[in-house]
Amino acid sequence: MNAEARPVVRLAGNSVGALAAMKGVFVRDMKVAFRQRQDLLNPLLFFVMVVTLFPLGVSPEVSFLREAGAGILWVAALLSVLLSLDHLFRHDFDDGTLEQLVLQPQPLFLLILAKTLVHWMLTGLPLVILTPVLGVMMHLDGNSIGILCLTLLIGTPVLSLIGAIGAALTLGLRSAGVLLSLLIIPLYIPVLIFGTGTVAAAAEGATVGAYLALLGAFLVLALTLAPFAAAAALKISLSNG
Amino acid sequence: MQFVHRPDFGALMSEPLLQAVNLQCERDKRILFRELSFSILPGTLTRVEGPNGSGKTTLLRILAGLNDAWTGELKWCGAPLASQREAFLRNMLYLGHRPGIKPLLTPLENLRALMAGRNPLSDAALRQALQGTGLGGYEDVPCRNLSAGQQRRVALARLLVADEPLWLLDEVFTAIDAEGVKALESLLQQRADEGGAVLVTTHHDLTLPGMKRLTLGAGGLPDER
Repeated sequence: MNAEARPVVRLAGNSVGALAAMKGVFVRDMKVAFRQRQDLLNPLLFFVMVVTLFPLGVSPEVSFLREAGAGILWVAALLSVLLSLDHLFRHDFDDGTLEQLVLQPQPLFLLILAKTLVHWMLTGLPLVILTPVLGVMMHLDGNSIGILCLTLLIGTPVLSLIGAIGAALTLGLRSAGVLLSLLIIPLYIPVLIFGTGTVAAAAEGATVGAYLALLGAFLVLALTLAPFAAAAALKISLSNG
Repeated sequence: MQFVHRPDFGALMSEPLLQAVNLQCERDKRILFRELSFSILPGTLTRVEGPNGSGKTTLLRILAGLNDAWTGELKWCGAPLASQREAFLRNMLYLGHRPGIKPLLTPLENLRALMAGRNPLSDAALRQALQGTGLGGYEDVPCRNLSAGQQRRVALARLLVADEPLWLLDEVFTAIDAEGVKALESLLQQRADEGGAVLVTTHHDLTLPGMKRLTLGAGGLPDER
């Protein structure tokens, strides 16, 4: 009998679909995150602290804050996401959860997408929600705050997705922090430029449709490519670990 | 320990589930093993033996697909393993040194999460499995409050509900008390008798009737008995 044509053994038990498996990953990661709430607050506190230090350290002038506010908020959000990235896979790597994740029969990139979604919902999304308050503090007008929130809403998932690649690549290393930043920041720069550029254009009264479309394109690109790259990187890190 | 979930292995053919042909692995410029060929048949219990550093864990990780640093051939049910990846993963259970237990979650939540992508079972079945491994009463206590042995037992609870025919178990007796070891031994034996295939590495003196041995030498050529 031809070996290729032979039916492959599948025994009792139903095969689990990708969506159910993703939900399993999502629920577990959410539970783990909410059992250590202090870790959830870290990126938020960092974000608030960096933003509040600018008026104190540089200038409390309304004209300066209005001009630099959006940029400051974007940079603080970017660094805040960057700081939280190391935890994305680290604990799972240490306790063996990652091995079991790789050995699940469902496509790994989908499971990573679920993990990244949790990461965004617990870091990026709270930053977006907090932004209007800090925007008012920076004397941004209502329109700018709205646009800023929109760019962060589209931009922070991109940061999480690209970050997942870097976190997966540097997993096997003992001091991954610096390398992670060096790998990831160049990839973050286009997102930052278009994120702040959108707000600047809106402040000048220009239409922002094109900027937002480009940010959206970044998001689509990251959504479609980053999980694959992160999955491949994870397998390499596990193979060396 | 008693099985909670008993899959029927009647459909298994008597052909090898997993075959390794001329497997060679090199790590840090040292050949761990070479020309290693063996078959894992349904209904067999195989113990991988060898001193520390002889590559037992590496061999199991290679078989599970967690390590890519090898040459040779691996076949699943006669077809190249790479082409059968999904079918292989559905039918293989791997337990490593680090069994994937989250310290912040309870045994029940851990077991539920581990089974979610493989074979979601009712909480009643999962509780029964945890009780079967001697964790009755601890199902809802966060795992970080449990002892090392109890945490291992959470991972072992998976064996009681597993429907995968192939088990790759790395140092599965670690931190388990004497009584638990005995129960686990008979569980592995029973699994093999029912048609499952079990590959186990251990330093514990495991001798069961009908057990096969796969011996790896430290750096030298392995001989298969």
